[in-house]
Amino acid sequence: MSHCRKRCKRQLTKVARYFYRFLTGTLTQDSIEDDFELSTVCHRPEGLEKLQEQTKFTKKELQVLYRGFKNECPSGVVNEDTFKVIYSQFFPQGDSSTYAHFLFEAFDTNKNGSVSFEDFVIGLSIILRGTINDRLNWAFNLYDLNKDGCITKEEMLDIMKSIYDMMGKYTYPCMQEDAPREHVETFFQKMDRNNDGVVTIDEFIESCQKDENIMQSMQLFDNVI
Amino acid sequence: MATGVAAWLPFARAAAIGWMPVANCPMPPAPREHSKKQDELIILNVSGRRFQTWRTTLDRYPDTLLGSTEKEFFYNEETKEYFFDRDPDAFRSVLNFYRTGKLHYPRYECISAFDEELAFFGIIPEIIGDCCYEEYKDRKRENAERLMDDQEENKDSKLPNMNFRETMWRAFENPHTSTMALVFYYVTGFFIAVSVITNVVETVPCGSTPNQKDVPCGERYTVAFFCMDTACVMIFTVEYLLRLFAAPSRYRFMRSVMSIIDVVAILPYYIGLVMTNNEDVSGAFVTLRVFRVFRIFKFSRHSQGLRILGYTLKSCASELGFLLFSLTMAIIIFATVMFYAEKGSSSSKFTSIPASFWYTIVTMTTLGYGDMVPKTIAGKIFGSICSLSGVLVIALPVPVIVSNFSRIYHQNQRADKRRAQKKARLARIRIAKKGSSNAYLQSKRNGLLNELLDLTGSEEEEQHMNKTSSLLESQHHHLLHCLEKTTAHEFVDEQLFEQNCIEGAQFSRSPSLSSQEGFTGTCCTHRSRKRIPLPNASLSTTHTHTHTQGLQELSAIHIQCGDQPSLSTSSRSSLNMKSSERSRINCRGQQITTAVISLPSPTNFPPDGDGHSPANPIPAPPTINTTTSSNIVKVSAL
Repeated sequence: MSHCRKRCKRQLTKVARYFYRFLTGTLTQDSIEDDFELSTVCHRPEGLEKLQEQTKFTKKELQVLYRGFKNECPSGVVNEDTFKVIYSQFFPQGDSSTYAHFLFEAFDTNKNGSVSFEDFVIGLSIILRGTINDRLNWAFNLYDLNKDGCITKEEMLDIMKSIYDMMGKYTYPCMQEDAPREHVETFFQKMDRNNDGVVTIDEFIESCQKDENIMQSMQLFDNVI
Repeated sequence: MATGVAAWLPFARAAAIGWMPVANCPMPPAPREHSKKQDELIILNVSGRRFQTWRTTLDRYPDTLLGSTEKEFFYNEETKEYFFDRDPDAFRSVLNFYRTGKLHYPRYECISAFDEELAFFGIIPEIIGDCCYEEYKDRKRENAERLMDDQEENKDSKLPNMNFRETMWRAFENPHTSTMALVFYYVTGFFIAVSVITNVVETVPCGSTPNQKDVPCGERYTVAFFCMDTACVMIFTVEYLLRLFAAPSRYRFMRSVMSIIDVVAILPYYIGLVMTNNEDVSGAFVTLRVFRVFRIFKFSRHSQGLRILGYTLKSCASELGFLLFSLTMAIIIFATVMFYAEKGSSSSKFTSIPASFWYTIVTMTTLGYGDMVPKTIAGKIFGSICSLSGVLVIALPVPVIVSNFSRIYHQNQRADKRRAQKKARLARIRIAKKGSSNAYLQSKRNGLLNELLDLTGSEEEEQHMNKTSSLLESQHHHLLHCLEKTTAHEFVDEQLFEQNCIEGAQFSRSPSLSSQEGFTGTCCTHRSRKRIPLPNASLSTTHTHTHTQGLQELSAIHIQCGDQPSLSTSSRSSLNMKSSERSRINCRGQQITTAVISLPSPTNFPPDGDGHSPANPIPAPPTINTTTSSNIVKVSAL
């Protein structure tokens, strides 16, 4: 009962304040909270030399990368929405937001919800300039959604669905409902050595090294930049 | 793919690492970068101001000038930069488009200049960002309206081949084109005024007859008014029929508003004629007379202000509709409230809700006649609220209508002013143009006289003549000369041309003409190149097309050196008689006839030419044989 009365009182004060503002003409007031949003977070990378040490990119490559990065994200950090928007521009037919989300999780190493230029460049360095093992490690990290060291079938299914989502509706042959699931089955058959339903990092790397196709495709990344 | 994020493509390709392990089939080979050239800075020199940007920035939009290989046309090898001879201020916006992906329209820039820059750089204006798009579209619309006004002016120019009907229609639509039209315009205006005044005066009580009350003038002087009415209706009918006849599309004319007004104005009279003094119908007939007042709308043809008002109301139709709708809503609400508020009081005038409508309307428009007044307190309170809200509701759409009217009115004022200024502007432009064409003719004369002086060998005059004309000018003159040679006609001055026409027409037979069969000239508007055989035949028509006399008289320099027959080529404007039997004029100091002397009023010839006129007049040799084979026609001379 008192709860009701409290709420009533609160509403009444609200109405009274409204009428007061109506009479004095200060109805539309700039609230103070708006001001805080204006100050944007700005992040600056540490320094060119330091990044050069941390990554395997040359100075010029870093410059080119940073220019592109800063153009799209003037504040110096990418949040997940911007990330998704940028990535979706490369895949206009399908829905790439889920895969972008996974990518974001993989790039965001310190788990603070935003990807700075350092994270970005470090990740790129591993993929584009790292050894094959590094790359496989990174891919495993991407698949392992909860970062517990092994990939379960559900995680793999999520990843697979997100990849298939990027294809969109108009494919040839027509996309079947269970295509992702089947693909996951194939994957697990190939990767899961001891058939325990999960794929650990060692199994993953071992199976990948045995597969010709995967090895060859990993070498595609040498010439990206 | 949005080229703005082209910089992120390496990232997108790197992200494909997630697909590799799960793929079942091999990946296609990656495209090789043949020239792994580093990103380089490009210098764009726009009228001296240097802009620098990365090459990849420009490559973002490959279907524009800067993004494609088209810019190579502007590459300057020595300075290793791209030079554009354009406006550097406008280029700023263009380059920013490449940098940010958004095209902005600067407010200070002229809209057509901006459009030209965009067109030059191959950017379509539709991609102007949302922030500036409204402004751009507004200014573009304004500009288009202005240009349309100007174009409508050009339509006034007289078209040569207009038949009677078209002339009449033009006379009706634009009274200032001819005097007849103006007379007609004023006469109709006068009669409209007369008709309206008689309608008004008809109802004034004029002097009482001894037996009864005042009778209106209409009944006292029936015959006079009837005659006046008939006269006016005659004029209006004739006018309407003439317009109907002259209209290019009769059906469309009949549907137009003005013609409907015309019809409505004259119809009551005819109906009145037809109908006899039938008792039942005469009541309706009296009502029809009301329509005679529509004659006043015929004034809208005469007054531009009325037309503007009408146009404004049409263009504000939506605001007016809104006003009407909101007023109706308010009226109904307040009428209901007042009715129920006043229901209790005795002898209340608010007998029903529709009866309260009158009170509400009168109150909301703040008229307040006072024939219906609320008596209860509640009624008074609601009545006051009603009047306050009435003021608000009416005041809201009115500024929109007013601003629309003022915009259209000012536009019309501007159009009128521009029309008046345009004449002066065009005259000035014509003078400037004539200057340049005169330059060509002048240079021709100079050239001819130069040759003349060459042959006569007088040095000092030659130097005087040798004005250095710029390379551009000389090339332009050369071009015009080539055209002359191609068409076998020559450029002349306006006055000369008219004189040729006159002379050609006036010329009576002369023996010298008999030999000049080959010479045809054209003048006046009909530039037909008929070979009129003999002068006699040609001169019979007023549209004579021979200037044989003129040609002869206007013969140019017959410079013949030696036995060369075709000396017509040596002088540009020679009378092209290529007969070898021509009077031999030796090259040195002999009879050098210049055209100057031949013309009756050589107004625009350099005085120098006169100095060379020999004593004897033009050798008008009857022996001029028409052996000329070419069709080179001499239209006039220097």
